Amino acid sequence: MDIIKKISDYLQKGDDEKVFELTQQAIAQNIPPDEILNNGLIKGMDVIGDQFRNHEIFLPEVLLAARAMHAGMDQLNPLLSKAGIESKGKIIIGTVQGDLHDIGKRLVCIMLKGAGFEVIDLGTDVPAENFVEVAEKENAPVIGMSALLTTTMPAMKQVINMIKEKKLQNTIKTIVGGAPLSKQSAVEIGADAYGFDAANAVIRVKELIGVS
Amino acid sequence: MRPAVKFLSDELMNQIKEEAIHVLCTLGVEIQNSDVISILVDHGAHLQADTNRVQLTEIMIQQTLKTVPNSFKLYDSYGNKTHDFSGNKVHFTPGSSALGFLDYQSNKIRKPVTEDYIHYVKVTNQLQHVASQSTAFVCSDVHEKVSDSYRLFLSLLYGYKPVVTGAFSIESFQIMKDLQVAVRGTEENLLNKPLTIFSCCPTSPLKWSDVATQNLVDCATFGIPVEIVPMPMAGFIAPVTLVGTLIQHTAEIVSGIVISQIIRPGTPILYGGSPAVFDVRFETTPMGAIETIMIDCANNEIGKSFKIPTQAYVGLSDAKQLDAQAGLETGIGITLAALSGINNLSNAGMHDFENCISLEKLVLDNEICGMILRMLDGIEPKEDFPVLPHFEELLKEKHLLISQHTRHYLKEEQYMPGPVIDRMNLSRWIEEGSLTLSERAHKEVEKHLKNDPPTKLSKDIKKDLISLMEKEVKKAGQNKLPFTFEQ
Repeated sequence: MDIIKKISDYLQKGDDEKVFELTQQAIAQNIPPDEILNNGLIKGMDVIGDQFRNHEIFLPEVLLAARAMHAGMDQLNPLLSKAGIESKGKIIIGTVQGDLHDIGKRLVCIMLKGAGFEVIDLGTDVPAENFVEVAEKENAPVIGMSALLTTTMPAMKQVINMIKEKKLQNTIKTIVGGAPLSKQSAVEIGADAYGFDAANAVIRVKELIGVS
Repeated sequence: MRPAVKFLSDELMNQIKEEAIHVLCTLGVEIQNSDVISILVDHGAHLQADTNRVQLTEIMIQQTLKTVPNSFKLYDSYGNKTHDFSGNKVHFTPGSSALGFLDYQSNKIRKPVTEDYIHYVKVTNQLQHVASQSTAFVCSDVHEKVSDSYRLFLSLLYGYKPVVTGAFSIESFQIMKDLQVAVRGTEENLLNKPLTIFSCCPTSPLKWSDVATQNLVDCATFGIPVEIVPMPMAGFIAPVTLVGTLIQHTAEIVSGIVISQIIRPGTPILYGGSPAVFDVRFETTPMGAIETIMIDCANNEIGKSFKIPTQAYVGLSDAKQLDAQAGLETGIGITLAALSGINNLSNAGMHDFENCISLEKLVLDNEICGMILRMLDGIEPKEDFPVLPHFEELLKEKHLLISQHTRHYLKEEQYMPGPVIDRMNLSRWIEEGSLTLSERAHKEVEKHLKNDPPTKLSKDIKKDLISLMEKEVKKAGQNKLPFTFEQ
């Protein structure tokens, strides 16, 4: 069997050790790194994504596949950078100021990384200016914000207003999530997208950036 | 004999407790409040270098567990005793705190406003089997900074039952205490006759945020009863096994007990929780899951073994509508929880996990609570021995509908739910309009809203409450209260 297909198959099985080994072999065989990435790792994750959406598999299987993906990515990343090939995109993510809850954010980070994004997690209780500064510095096209408390939702609006004041709204998009939010409240505060769970957040981020 | 259910053997329970204490003494608990860390260290705890993680000691745990009162009481706004948290006495309260409200007319979940809350209090006032209010949901027409205290204000202004509540910030505690003192007259009166219970929630796993810690400290300082409510999620931020989750749950509650009792020995505590399993299919925390209910019941057994009254968020439903799922999840949950002997059950009116309150569900749940309270009275002989006189009368009269025995014991023996729960025969049901459960529940809600008698709070107290809240709302940057209140 073609080694690239094997990488995809073992990724779908969540076998990170095997994916690591096969990725090493593929690199040693001088297969271009973007081919290993797109036809091996990402293809495998796409199958996982479809199965998850169809309720054929659940969160643990997705996380295992994501871990296998990272096992491959960790070896490919230096080669991809050298060849000038970038990740799908950088996402800045954090829980807004005044809020220490990070359960949902954690899940979203894992799912975004599994989908091939580079995630910079700012943690919890993140001041508004930090989101924007880091996004500018890293040229990140998306800021993701999480909150669990109704009292901390206004902090999201602060970030969005800051982006508008700096006239960056065309280059930095925002996605919000968390228990006190809804699609309607996300629109009210001016966010570009709302994710109702981690898997949905990945779909919305892909739409924001314009990747499949 | 009071019927009961038990999930843990004594041996397993002791293992869980010992392991939880071991976790607290070796791994410790993270506390994001430097004052409390200092106090704990002064009492012998060990702070791990360069962290906020504090390892407790077995001595301080055992000593503080001993000072928790084995029972305490709650009182309504008029000073009448309403709750006796002792033994296996069961009390019901509405669930909290929701962000959504199921609107009957549109059948959609929307953001609630002040008028919804007032309606909620008026309905709860008249629910015979729901002993307290809770600050059940957040009103969207006030500034977020006062969203916690505003609920309590409305509950005290329009209601009379004691209130299960909680603060969202450190600053809110002061106004929430002041509102209670306005009703009681003095801090000493409030201490002697508690009017509220505050929920203080550690963050799973094994963490106390600054806000939760300070709220706990403030409640203990002023003798306000606290329900310690961890929320471990089995399989995500707690072990997937129910035993593993119970160990974590026990550790999280005990860490809160240690803090509260060091601050003020004798602070009344409800050994509580809102645990759940984590459904990996939907990333949700089903309150109606049978495992969630089992964890609640077992947690209660552990609390009772420490001789502490207990609490749980149990008997809620994950359904988005008032449908069969809502009924079955609440029915199963409340039945098991009551048989277990949980002293304060937080559930009435709540569904969509802990996100939505429905007045129609509230009145249905009131009737379910009535059924459960009857069940807890058990089966007792009432002039049944010897039985022959009853049968002789039955054979003679052909029925016992108006016998002395029936007339004496009918209301005691049989709880008669309704009108939400329907027991008509089909023909009568059709003749009376073929009303669905939702329609019957809504009629009951409307009846309560029409019939709610005005509160007996004095005009002066009402004025004080309104004045306190007006000032607080202005501090938050809102010009005035969003409603004109009756005085």
